[in-house]
Amino acid sequence: MNFGPLIFLGVFFTMACSWFGMIVVPQLQIGGQQPVKLEATGQMYPLPRAGLAQQGAAVYRANGCAACHSQQVRQGPPVFDVKLNDLGTNAAQVADIARKINHAAGAPLPGKNIWRTPVKKDADAAAKRLTDAGAKAAVVIVPTGADIERGWGARVSVAQDYLYDQPLMLGSRRIGPDLANIGARKPGADWQLWHLYNPRLITDGSFMPAYRFLFNEVPRRKDAPPALGALDKTLVAKTFPEPAGETVTDIVPTAEAVALVAYLASLNPDAPLFEAPAPVPPPPAAPATNTPAAVKP
Amino acid sequence: MSASPTSPQNSPAEAEASCRLPLLVFFGGAAFWLVAASLLGHLASIKLHSPSFLSHCEHLTYGRLYPAAMNALLYGFASSAAFGVALWLVARLGRVAVPQPWLVAFAGKLWNLGVLAGVAGIIAGDSTGFEWLEMPRYAAVPLFFSSLFIALWTLLAFHRRAERGLAVSQWYLVAALLWFPWIYSTATMLLVCHPVRGVMQAIVGWWFTNNLQTLWLTPMALAAIFHFLPTLAERPLHSRYLALFGFWMLALFGGWAGIPASAPVPAWIVSVSNAAAVMLFIPALAVGLNIVNTLRGGPKIVGCAGGPFCFLRFAVMSYVVAAVAGAVVAASAPGAVAQFTWLKTALTHLNLYGFVAMALFGAIYEILPRVTGADFCRKFMRAHFWLAIIGTVIHVGALAIGGLKQGALLGDAAVPFHNVIKTSLHFFRVATIGELLILVGNLLFALNVVGLFVKCARKCCGAQMSCCAAEPATTGGAK
Repeated sequence: MNFGPLIFLGVFFTMACSWFGMIVVPQLQIGGQQPVKLEATGQMYPLPRAGLAQQGAAVYRANGCAACHSQQVRQGPPVFDVKLNDLGTNAAQVADIARKINHAAGAPLPGKNIWRTPVKKDADAAAKRLTDAGAKAAVVIVPTGADIERGWGARVSVAQDYLYDQPLMLGSRRIGPDLANIGARKPGADWQLWHLYNPRLITDGSFMPAYRFLFNEVPRRKDAPPALGALDKTLVAKTFPEPAGETVTDIVPTAEAVALVAYLASLNPDAPLFEAPAPVPPPPAAPATNTPAAVKP
Repeated sequence: MSASPTSPQNSPAEAEASCRLPLLVFFGGAAFWLVAASLLGHLASIKLHSPSFLSHCEHLTYGRLYPAAMNALLYGFASSAAFGVALWLVARLGRVAVPQPWLVAFAGKLWNLGVLAGVAGIIAGDSTGFEWLEMPRYAAVPLFFSSLFIALWTLLAFHRRAERGLAVSQWYLVAALLWFPWIYSTATMLLVCHPVRGVMQAIVGWWFTNNLQTLWLTPMALAAIFHFLPTLAERPLHSRYLALFGFWMLALFGGWAGIPASAPVPAWIVSVSNAAAVMLFIPALAVGLNIVNTLRGGPKIVGCAGGPFCFLRFAVMSYVVAAVAGAVVAASAPGAVAQFTWLKTALTHLNLYGFVAMALFGAIYEILPRVTGADFCRKFMRAHFWLAIIGTVIHVGALAIGGLKQGALLGDAAVPFHNVIKTSLHFFRVATIGELLILVGNLLFALNVVGLFVKCARKCCGAQMSCCAAEPATTGGAK
C-alpha cells in the first residue's frame, strides 16, 4: 500500500487549485483596478493620500489601531425612494396619482419623497406613472443597514475605496467604532487630538486607551504665553484637571499625533460610485455614536 | 515509489533517538513561546478591561500586544511543536533515522530566533499591519528559509523511510509540510515583499490566515491524533477509507475558505469561499466518526486520568465543534451577525487552543519521555489538562455568547455603540478568567518540560552522557 506519489500529486494539485482560484484569478480581476472619474464632480476617485496622512497611516499601523477598529461599512439590501422633483403643469392629476401610489403620501410637493419600496421594479413603474402625468419624478437608491444608520458611512464600502491603502487595514473586530468615514464624522483636528490624549476627557466612560505618549506635556507659568502648537483647552475646560498653583501644563501633540489625525481626517469614502450608489448629498452624520459629553465635534 | 532508495533498516528506538536533539529545540522553544504568548495575551486582555493600564508605554498598546501574542502562539508554539511532532512521526512510522539531526536542530534554532525578532519587531512598532503576518520582513525571511529547510529535511527522511507502507498520519503530515512553505511564501511575497494593491491585500491575507489554520495546523494536529489515539487505546483505526475520505475533503475545501460574508470584494469570491467553509464540517465529522468508532466497542475501555490520551480526545471534540460552528457562521445570514464580533475570535481560539494546542500537548507528553528516557511529572500533567479544558470552555463559551450578543446589538442602530461595547466587555471579563486558567496550565506545561530537560541533563552528567548525546543506548525506556 504505497500511495506516496499519488498523495504528493493530490496535495500539490489541491493547493494549486486554491492558489489559482483565490490568488491568481482575483488578482487578474481586480489587481489592476484603476481610479475612476466621478460622474457628479468629474474628479478622479480615489485620490492618493497626502504625505502627512500617509505618515499617519504608518502610526496607525505601528500601534495596531486595526486590532480594535474596522474600516468597512456594511449595507443591507437597498430601498428605493420615488422622489417628486417637479409637479409639472397638471398638479391635480399628479396629486391624484401620488395618492394612488401611496395613501399616506399627503400633499405632493416638489422635492418630496412619495413612496419607499424595497422593489426596484415597482419604484420604476411608479416614477413612470408620475412622469406620464407631466411631473418630473426620479427613483433614488437609498442604502440601508445598521452601519449606515449609525452614521458610519453613506454607502457600502467597495474595493474601489481601498485602492491606495498600503497596507490595507480593514480590521476584523469592532472593539471600537468603525472608522471608515471618521474623517467626515469628526472633522475637527482638535477633537481628535484631545480624544487621543485622553478619550475620557471627551466621552464619559470611553473604553479607548489614552495615547499620551503621542503628546508632550510642557509645564509653564500661568502668565507665560502657551507653548507653540499647544492644544486649545477651552474645548475640554470642564473636564481637564488644571493643577493649582503657578504652573499649568500645555499639551503639545508630537509629529506622530498630528500625522495620525491627518490620516483619520483623510478617511472619508462617501463618493457615490456605480457599484455603490449613495444619495447625493450624503446624509449628515447621525450623532448616535460616541456622543461627546463635553464638546461639540 | 517502486524505485525506493535502500536505507539501512533502523530499529524503532534508533529511529526515534535520532530526532532527540531537534525535538529538544522544537519542544523547548514551543514551551517558551507558549508561556510568552499567554503572558502577552493576558496583558492585552487586562488593557481591554482597564484602558489606563500601562497606557503610558508606547510599546505596550493593545494593538501591539495582541498581535505579538498571536504570533508567538502561532509560530513560536504551534508551528514549532508541529515541526517536532512531524519529525518524530516520520522517524517512528517510517523506521528511519533522521540524517544529520543537528542540521534540523540548527534550523529550529533559526526558526526560534526568527520568531523572537518578529515578536520584538511587532512590539517595537515594525508590524506589517496584516493579521497573523505582522512579523516584519527581517523576521519573515529567516522564518521562511528555516521552515523550508525543516520541511524539506523531514520530507527527505520520509523519502528514505524503511517502512514503505503509509499510515494515515503520514498523509496529513506530508501534505502539511508541502503546504506550509507554499502558503507562507505566497503571503509574504504578496503582502510584505512585493505588495499587491487595494483589497487584493485583504484577499491574500484572508487566504493565508485561513490556510495557516486549515492546511497547516489542522493537518499537523490530525497527524498526531491519528497516530496516538489508536495507539494509546490499543485499537486499530476504525476505517482507513473514512480517514482517506476526510483527508481529501480537507485538502479539497480547506484552501478556499476564509473570506468574511460581507467583504468588499467581488461577490463570487465570497460565495465560493463560504460554500467551501460550510463543506469543511465534512472532514471534521469524518475524523470524529472515525475516532469515536475506533475508541468504542473495544474489549478495553480507555480511562482518562489526565494523560496524553485525554488531551488528544478533547482535541477531537474541539475540532468537530469548531468545524460545525464554523460551517454555521460561514452561511451568509449568521456570518453577517458574526463579522467584527468576538464570536469569530471565540471560534479561532477554540480551534487554536482547544484543538491544535491540545493535540500537540498530548503528542509532546507522549513523545518527549520516549526520546529522552526521563518522565514527566504526572501531577502537573493532570493539573494542566483540567486547567486547559476548563479554561478553554470558559474562555471560548464567554466569548461566543458575548460575540452573539455583540453582533445582535451591532445590527440594531438604536443601541448606541458605547452600550454594545459595554455589554460585550462583561463577557470579555469572564473570558479572561478562562484565559487565566489556561495561562496557569501553560506554565505547568513549561515547568514540566523544563523539569524533564533537567532530569535528562542530570542523567547525562551523572551517567556517561547517555541521554542528550544522540546515542540509542538508553532509549525506549519510557514505554
